[in-house]
Amino acid sequence: MRGLEYHGILRADGPIVIAEHRENVGFSELVRVRDRSGEYRLGRVVDISEQAIAVQLFSENTGISIDESWIEYLEKPLTFRVGDGIVGRIFNGLGEPIDGYPPIISSDLRDTNGRPINPSARVYPRDFIQTGISAIDGMNTLIRGQKLPIFSGNGLPHNRLAAQIVRQAKVLSGESQFAIVFAGMGIKYDVARFFIDSFEKSGVLSRVVMFLSLADSPSIERLVTPRTALTAAEYLAYEKNMHVLVVMTDMTNYCEALREVSAARNEVPSRKGYPGYLYSDLASLYERAGKIEGCEGSITQLPILSMPNDDISHPIPDLTGYITEGQIVLERDLSQRGIYPPIAGLPSLSRLMKDGIGEGMTREDHRDLAAQLFSAYAYVRSVRDLAAIIGEEELSDRDKIFLGFGDHFEREFLAQGEFENRSIEQTLDLGWKMLSILPESELVRIPPRLIEKYLPRAAEPEAKE
Amino acid sequence: MSAGEITRISGPVIYAQGLADAGLYDVVKVGKAGLIGEIIKLKGDLATIQIYEDNTMMRVGEPVECLHRPLSVALGPGLIGSIYDGIQRPLPVLKGLSGAFLAPGLAGEPLDTRKKWHFVPSLKEGEPIAPGTLFGTIQETDSIQHRMVFDASVPASTAATVAPEGDYAISATLVKSGEGKEYTAVSYWPVRTPRTFKEKQVTREPLVTGLRVIDVLFPIAKGGSAAVPGGFGTGKTMTQHAIAKWCDADIIVYIGCGERGNEMTEVLTEFPTLIDPRTGRSLMERTILIANTSNMPVAAREVSIYTGITIAEYYRDMGYHVAVMADSTSRWAEALRELSGRLEEMPAEEGFPAYLPTRLAEFYERAGMVTTLEDRKGSVTIIGAVSPPGGDFSEPVTQHTKRFIRCFWALDRDLANARHYPAISWNDSYSEYTEDLIAHWDAIDPSWDTLRSKTMEILKKERRLADIVRLVGPDALPDEQRLILLTAEMIKNGFLQQSSFDKVDMYCVPPKQTLLLACILTFHELAENAIKNGSPLLKISSLPIREKIIRLKSSLENEKVQEGQAVIQEIRAAFAQLGTTAQGAVSA
Repeated sequence: MRGLEYHGILRADGPIVIAEHRENVGFSELVRVRDRSGEYRLGRVVDISEQAIAVQLFSENTGISIDESWIEYLEKPLTFRVGDGIVGRIFNGLGEPIDGYPPIISSDLRDTNGRPINPSARVYPRDFIQTGISAIDGMNTLIRGQKLPIFSGNGLPHNRLAAQIVRQAKVLSGESQFAIVFAGMGIKYDVARFFIDSFEKSGVLSRVVMFLSLADSPSIERLVTPRTALTAAEYLAYEKNMHVLVVMTDMTNYCEALREVSAARNEVPSRKGYPGYLYSDLASLYERAGKIEGCEGSITQLPILSMPNDDISHPIPDLTGYITEGQIVLERDLSQRGIYPPIAGLPSLSRLMKDGIGEGMTREDHRDLAAQLFSAYAYVRSVRDLAAIIGEEELSDRDKIFLGFGDHFEREFLAQGEFENRSIEQTLDLGWKMLSILPESELVRIPPRLIEKYLPRAAEPEAKE
Repeated sequence: MSAGEITRISGPVIYAQGLADAGLYDVVKVGKAGLIGEIIKLKGDLATIQIYEDNTMMRVGEPVECLHRPLSVALGPGLIGSIYDGIQRPLPVLKGLSGAFLAPGLAGEPLDTRKKWHFVPSLKEGEPIAPGTLFGTIQETDSIQHRMVFDASVPASTAATVAPEGDYAISATLVKSGEGKEYTAVSYWPVRTPRTFKEKQVTREPLVTGLRVIDVLFPIAKGGSAAVPGGFGTGKTMTQHAIAKWCDADIIVYIGCGERGNEMTEVLTEFPTLIDPRTGRSLMERTILIANTSNMPVAAREVSIYTGITIAEYYRDMGYHVAVMADSTSRWAEALRELSGRLEEMPAEEGFPAYLPTRLAEFYERAGMVTTLEDRKGSVTIIGAVSPPGGDFSEPVTQHTKRFIRCFWALDRDLANARHYPAISWNDSYSEYTEDLIAHWDAIDPSWDTLRSKTMEILKKERRLADIVRLVGPDALPDEQRLILLTAEMIKNGFLQQSSFDKVDMYCVPPKQTLLLACILTFHELAENAIKNGSPLLKISSLPIREKIIRLKSSLENEKVQEGQAVIQEIRAAFAQLGTTAQGAVSA
């Protein structure tokens, strides 16, 4: 009952607290536990039987004692208070303001678990977002309402890339209200600071809602952070008709927290000790991106995850890739050669790209150009493997041309400055310039009509259109 | 109706007491919200129930009501063009009830109860009724005639009254038996039980998909079963969409099981705008969608596969050829694993329950070409996507699936990276239907089998040579062998690779498929002779006709295949000009 504290618990085991059964406790209900020092902790009911109730705490458990603990059941699931005032504020993972300003004044409480979008109410995302980054715009186009994660590794510039996308992202057709929701899970203070500074410099800080659960916050709080953040995003997108870009970092920390709780509950583990429901759980976050009927706004997700040991087949990137609409993969090899952004050409993919590009959206040649670049670059990779064995001199003339193409492609097309903002026309023209290195007969993925129109001829190397 | 009460809640699995008279797999309504669930275990009067909806704030002690019937689907006119969730609730109706977000406890009639259908009786009063008796027809869409046949649950009797021809709602009684039993246009069938048929037939008819790599290299038969395994981003869904669009089945049931919401939206927005090349009608007029996306409750994901296949069998029993796309069976297997974990069952491989192979076998065995109760011929073809973790085919779901399917279309990461779609690997895929289908293809093009085996031979040789090239480089090979590499490249670019965005290339009719191959292989054969007669490979590879062959797939329209014969003449002319006595010709 609300306002009523029950005295004592039966067992405390890691983040799980077992208490005696009480009437009228609901599954997934929010719980407040007071310990002997009078400190409050929040938790969630995860299992109820006729004898006992299992509560999973969102914070650490030091100081919880069997006798001197009081539990209050709050008769609601974990909620986040939404209102106009949330934009520009900083909250902790549970949705409590931590920026020193007063709490949000609103009576509008939202269940942080959200509800699944009815598939028949979705609007298929088609609006091209120009990020000004050739590797993304040209090859792995970001679409409004998409969930496109960045697969990175420790020490790679994923934060700089995310900040650059936030800074430069714009939609070609008209301007509208936008907001940025930032969820930091288990990240270091410096990383959070970097983002705050970067938002401030580009003048968008007043449009950002931040949810920070830093590395020194209890790991369990990370389980709630993205849900709270997405609840705020849904409010802004579907009720305030804003275009919301959600940056979530680092999803790996989120998954670790999930594994920790699963282990504490003695669940049967699946791969690498992660629970069998990791897929469903991640989907319940990622699927909250999109656009719905009768509503201007949209939620575009840009989750960042660091691949443990750069292994893309690790359960976290693997399951993420199965849910999200593509992925931007950062490659250590490129980064070490000084190429920024080190976006790996081949494993990166945008599934929504096919319907958001082309005539009327970007340019008619975009699709075929991208296909040809991918195909040529894939061949470059196999030529490089060969060259590593037999030496470059032994390669055929054709292969040598491709090798040259590969170098130019990486140094001129993929690489660009952190503050360089290329328009989509610039990106596409640059792509054609790269292709002009190859013999025309190799361009079998592009219809002759487009080659005729766009391929710069040797006589006029800088010609456009 | 017996009533019990909840004693324990553990995620989507709950335990209830007081349901002693309930049966296994009976449907229950749980809690005050009346959430739909299914009994999956009984012990004394303690029942274990899986719930198909979100049960946040459910309490111990809330009532549980047993409906004493297994989970069933409503079958009748109006299914086509619909989109349902995993337990056959119509999503557009739910949208009207709760807006863009799904709330738990919603209910909606799966079939439109107000719409009137034009019923034409085919039974006269006094005639006998038995399973398999046709009692009337309704024109459901322009191309689909809905044949109402008594199913196996109907007891033999005689028709006392039969409604005259006219317009009826689905709730109207159409036939009344001598015993007073009333039959409407709607019947119910439990989803976990395969629908009855007379006998299974051996299938010798191909399901033509319009995808060249499938139809020629790894064909599937109507009534067959296939698996499409591939890591993320290799194009499972794209392949399934392409088959759903262009295959020559009468009806498509597309099950989105634990996949992305936007993919279902894509089907919903794209299919109505596409025209079925065979009927000239919109593709949506032959499509039924089951959408249980990855963020919808996990238990309903488990059952969505059965809902879909039961609807497919229903149309099969009218004598139609139905193709079921199950995307993805791995999510279904994972739902089984998740529920099994909640039940604290002993896990087998990788946490999957020990009964996983049994369930997979039962599912894939529901495919087949059958003689229906009404003595017509109908088929269900199952094409199941498999999403192996890390793209590793040695994991349990892929391995067990392989035991129960006869067509394996393995998607390859390297091909997908090079944006070679469909990324079906010619090295790892296989089809056991090839032999059975030769007779059928002979009627279209007698050279099919020869072209097919020659192509496979060249691809196989190329693979071996590629290993050598990887070590010593292509220059070390003699011209004959480098020609193999050249031809293989042409096969890949000009035949196997197919663009789903190119208006001409997205769908390829069988005669064009063999023609394209015939062009490439004629080129190969003539080139072989030319090399024997001393022409250097460089000269051959720079023949302009080579590029023309590669582009033929998108320049030659399906309706104008005959014009393609001229290209073969052109190839011959080009080689004749090369100044050699090229006489060999492909067996075509």
